Parts: sequence; structure tokens; C-alpha cells
Amino acid sequence: MLNIFFFKATLIFYFLGTLFFLLILSWDQRQGTGAPSWTQRLAVIVTGSGFLSHTVALAIRLKESGYVPLANLQEAVSFFSWAIVLIFFWVEFKYHIYILGSFILPLAFLSLISASALPNKIPDLNPTLVNTLLGIHTTLSVLGIVAFTLAFIAGIMYLLQEKFLKSKQLNTLYQRLPPLDQLDQWNKTAILLGFPLLTLGIITGALWAQYALGSYWGGNNSKQALSLGIWFFYLLVLHGRITIGWRATKAARLAIIGFVGVIFIFVTLA
Amino acid sequence: MNIVLIGINHRTAPVEIRERLSISDDKMGEALCALTADPCIEEGLILSTCNRVEVCAVVKETHKGFQAVKQFFARSHPDIAFETLDPCFYMYASSNAIRHLFRVASSLDSMIIGEPQILGQIKEAFDHAVLHKTTGLVLTKALKKAISVAKRIRTETKIAQNAVSISYAAVELAKKIFGRLDKKSALLIGAGEMAELAARHFVNSGVESIAIANRSYDRALELAKTFKGIPIKFEDYASEMIKSDIVLCSAGAPHYLIKPEEVAKAIALRQNRPIFFIDISVPRNIDPKINDLDNVFLYDIDDLQVAVETNLESRKKEALKAEDIISEEIEQFARWFKSLDAVPMIIAIKDRAERIRLAELGKITSKLGELSPAQLQALEGLTASIVNKLLHKPLTVLKAEVHSTNGNMILEATRKLFDLKEELSPAKEEEKNP
Repeated sequence: MLNIFFFKATLIFYFLGTLFFLLILSWDQRQGTGAPSWTQRLAVIVTGSGFLSHTVALAIRLKESGYVPLANLQEAVSFFSWAIVLIFFWVEFKYHIYILGSFILPLAFLSLISASALPNKIPDLNPTLVNTLLGIHTTLSVLGIVAFTLAFIAGIMYLLQEKFLKSKQLNTLYQRLPPLDQLDQWNKTAILLGFPLLTLGIITGALWAQYALGSYWGGNNSKQALSLGIWFFYLLVLHGRITIGWRATKAARLAIIGFVGVIFIFVTLA
Repeated sequence: MNIVLIGINHRTAPVEIRERLSISDDKMGEALCALTADPCIEEGLILSTCNRVEVCAVVKETHKGFQAVKQFFARSHPDIAFETLDPCFYMYASSNAIRHLFRVASSLDSMIIGEPQILGQIKEAFDHAVLHKTTGLVLTKALKKAISVAKRIRTETKIAQNAVSISYAAVELAKKIFGRLDKKSALLIGAGEMAELAARHFVNSGVESIAIANRSYDRALELAKTFKGIPIKFEDYASEMIKSDIVLCSAGAPHYLIKPEEVAKAIALRQNRPIFFIDISVPRNIDPKINDLDNVFLYDIDDLQVAVETNLESRKKEALKAEDIISEEIEQFARWFKSLDAVPMIIAIKDRAERIRLAELGKITSKLGELSPAQLQALEGLTASIVNKLLHKPLTVLKAEVHSTNGNMILEATRKLFDLKEELSPAKEEEKNP
């Protein structure tokens, strides 16, 4: 099982990446010169290696199973972890905001380690319409969750930066975090992207349930209720932003609350 | 006679004390007169800025001078307990006082090293003192020297490069809140020089529109022209806040102008778009409580200090070079200043007269040939009495007048008339200390 070897390697790399990025975070929070540049380089290199080995693991899995590897929860969580690290690299190369890694890497590592605790059995699914639908449903949902996770991270970074600005602690971390307005824009964009993805994810999920289980509403009821609740929550958040100005601090807090709900979906699934 | 300097600045006193001690332009004349009314103080100058209130004075006696200046502060601020004020003072005398003055003028003692405003403020303080006739020979020379030293430092070191100032720090902070400033609007409350400078920084950083509220509408109009801004009525500043992302307050009001209730209302009407308040007025014009509101960021003049400290490191290196220049200039000035003191001057004059007398006496005795001891004594007595009688009047006048209002002028004149440069060389002088 070559993919398991790569999966374990990824875990180790992400663990080291998390360690370095958290070290940078605590260094930067103190007054003074902040983290030395070698830790930054090391953190990015380790994370990059992790990402490559993760990609290889996913590719092998794809080849073994012959379909988009999102049929079980472990695969979904693993894919989630891969996607947020991909986004980290995209932001790092485009905006050079590598401090994002200090927020993304711990999440990537935690999700990957929880994925490894989940049963790893490739279900015997045929590429029928029903299973294709399931794959689409899972992919869309995971992408939606990735978007909400980014909104959550933007929210955390917003509140941190706001705290620094208000308390006048202009340390290195303050220098490295992006401007508040940019963080608020990220939050908005992420939710604007996440919401339609979640909507489509819920619809395809219901369709799949109709075909596979004979009912739109069945099986794991709490998950469906929770998803619907979260869908309403984000609808409210978007509506509030557009009509009554739920932006800035409020938007940041709402994104964090929403993410707690998203975590609960994972918990109910497990 | 000695030069003393007593004051408080941003390092020794919090804004709460500085704002109460600061002296506005219209009250400067009164304060200068009150200061120089003390018989111990011969010349006086008051420098009052947001960051410092300092008195530089020429006093008859160092210790009494210190007391007199302190009493001046205590008398003009009976509302502040002297026990709270006293530990905030720093006191310098003679060359230390001059050093401090030079350092202040060269912006080495400023909150932001190398900032350009202080020199203008020093010139202004000097103009006030000249206008009210409280400067004399010493302070005039000291201030002129301070200004020229400051200019020399500015051109010879890189201390003023990478324009760092309170206004620049404010712009940097605004960028951390809003990202780009090109679609933002600013509101100026109060149109003083400081506000103008800050506004210029914001306009140069791309702020799209700028509204100006000032008590004198004409001044608002004038500033609006320079910045292509919109002049508004002073009373309308609260409603204008709703449209403004950046509010720069330097109204110079004696109390808080902007209160939490108004700001909360403005933020609600702005649908939670943040506002960045900058309060550069001393006393402060914005209630510090507004910083607790969501999406409101308030920086007062003390906070901005923290914001620029990181940028100061490179300037600190340049400051070392500037300190060398100051030491050099102080030596020159101190030499001149000490030459003004009466006692060494009198000794020098007497010394010279005695040397001339002995030399001339020597010449004449060799020409006259053998002289009896009685004759020699008579010659001795004659020459000594001529010298003494010639010098008696000038030296008594010098002694008496040295502590009068134009004493320094008399000293200076004496020094020139007798050409005492050599006798009063620095090697013979001792350090004057309080």
C-alpha cells in the first residue's frame, strides 16, 4: 500500500510544518525582530514536501480505485486538508502572505490526523450514476467547507489584527498580517464562493439520497438538519452583509461561529 | 551667570500633564513676562509644543535659577499638585543646557528623531521671546546657534531621510486598516499646521477626498483650496464623520469634542465601515473611550509614538553622527559663553595690566641706571597707582553691571575692547556646573 506510506510521510511533514509555523507565530507576537528568515524558509520547504507527498498519495489512491477518491469520510477529510494547503501556496506565491501558513497548517495537520483515525476502506462502489452523484456531492461539499474554512481563518486573522491595532501592539505579526480591509474582503469572497457550493452540495446530496435510499430526507438525519441549519446561517450572514452592513468585526465573528457549525458536520459524520 | 534649562517632555510626563502645562500662542507673552519678572532670571524663552514644555533661561545663580523656573511653573499651574509635577522635570545647566537645546532643535530629542517640525517651533518660540523682549545677548546667540546647528545636522547626516513623522505614522496605520487609501475620504477637524501636514501626507498617499472643518471658516476655505477639499461648517463635523474613513482631529478645544455616542451612531449609519481617528490635539479632543467601540480605531499623539519606534532604528545610527557635530559646536559656544563671566575677565585684565607695568618698569630702571631703594619704591608705587586708578572704575562698573539686564552686553564689549581672546582660552576655564 504505497499510498499509505505517502500518507504517513505527509503526516510527518505537516506536523513539522505546523511546528515551524507555530514557532514563527509565537516569535512574531513578541516585540522585537520577529522570527528569523531561516524558520520561514524551512516551514515553507517542509510544507511543500508534505503537499507533494500528499498529492502523490491521492494520485495513487485515484489510480487504485479508479474514481475521484471522495467516497468515504476519510477521503473527504484528506482532500480537504490537501485543498487548504494548496490555497496556502497560492496565496503565498500571489500575495507573499506566508503567515497564513501559521493558521492553515495546524488545521491541515489536525484534519489529516483525524482522517488517519477514520476507517480506511475503499468502498466497493461501481461508477454508476448514483455513485457519480455521490462523488459530485462530496466534492462540492468539501470545496464549500474549504471556502468556509478560509472565511474562518480570515476572521481569526481579522480579530487578531484588530486586537493589535486597538491595543497598539505593533509587533512583527502586526506587520506581517494583511490590512483589515483585505481580510474582510477575503471573508466576503470566501463566503460568497462557499455558499453556492454548499447549496449545490446539499441539492446533489438530496438527489443522491433519493436515488440510493429512496427518500430526499433520510439516513443520517442529524447531518442533513445541521447542513440545512448551516446553509441558513450563511444565507443570513450574506444577507446581513449586503443589507444591514454585517461587515468587519461582526463578519469576522460570524465566520468563526459558522465554522464551528461546519466542524460539527464532520463530527456527526464520524 | 549661567544658562539653565528646565522642562518636561514626552518621555518624562504623560500627555495628561503636558496638555495642562502647554502654553498657547496667545498666552505666550503673558507667560514670558511672568517668567522674567523674577529678579534671578535675566533672559527667558519658553518652548511649548505637543511634546514638550521647556524654559531656557539665563540666570544669575544656577540653584536660585532652577528654583525660580520651577516656581514659575508652579505659580502658573496652581491646579496641579507640585508633588506630581516635580518628578517630571529635567534640569540642565551650562553646557548641558546648551547641549539639550541643540539636541531639541536638531530633533534628536524628538519623539521621532529627525522630524522637521521642531525647528519651526523653536524659531517661533524665539520670535515670541524677541517680541516680548525677554531675550538678551546670551539667549539670542544660543538660539541662533541652535538653529544653525540643526541645519548643519540636517544637511550633513541622513537623520531626516525616510520621512518619519507622526503624520507619516498615521498614514502607515491607515494603510493597515484600509489597505489602499485611494477610495477613502478624510475629515480634518481643526486646520492648524500639524493638521495641514498630516492632511498633506494623506493626500499624497492617495486619499480621494478631504473635508475640512474649522472654527474659522476662512481658514478652512484656504486649506480646502490647497488640497482640493471640501470646506464644511465646524458644527457639521459630527454628521461629516458618517462619510469619512479617516478623522484627523487637531481642533485645540479645551475638552473632548468627539464622544462615544456620536461615534457609535456614525458607525451604525456607515454600516460598520471602520473609522480611523487620529487625535493630534493636546489637550486631547477625542474621548479615548471610543477605542472600545467595534470598528473604531483611535490613536492619540502618545500612541503614534509607539507606532514609529520601529522605524527609528536606522535614524538612531545617524543620530550618533549628529551628537558628534553637537559636541563640536558646544565647545565653541561654551568658550564664548564662559568668556562672558566677569571674574575670569577681571583677573585677565588685571594680569595683563600687571605684566605691562612690570615690563615697562624693567625698561625704565635699566635706562635710569643706579637707583636708590627709595626711588625704586617710588617708581613702583607710581606705576601701580596709575594702573589701579585707570582700571578701578571700569572694573567696578563691570562687577556691578554684570548682573544687570545689559550685563552680558557689557561683558561682551569688555572682551572685545581689551581683546581678551587669548587670556580666556578654554584651557584656563573650568567646567561650570550647577
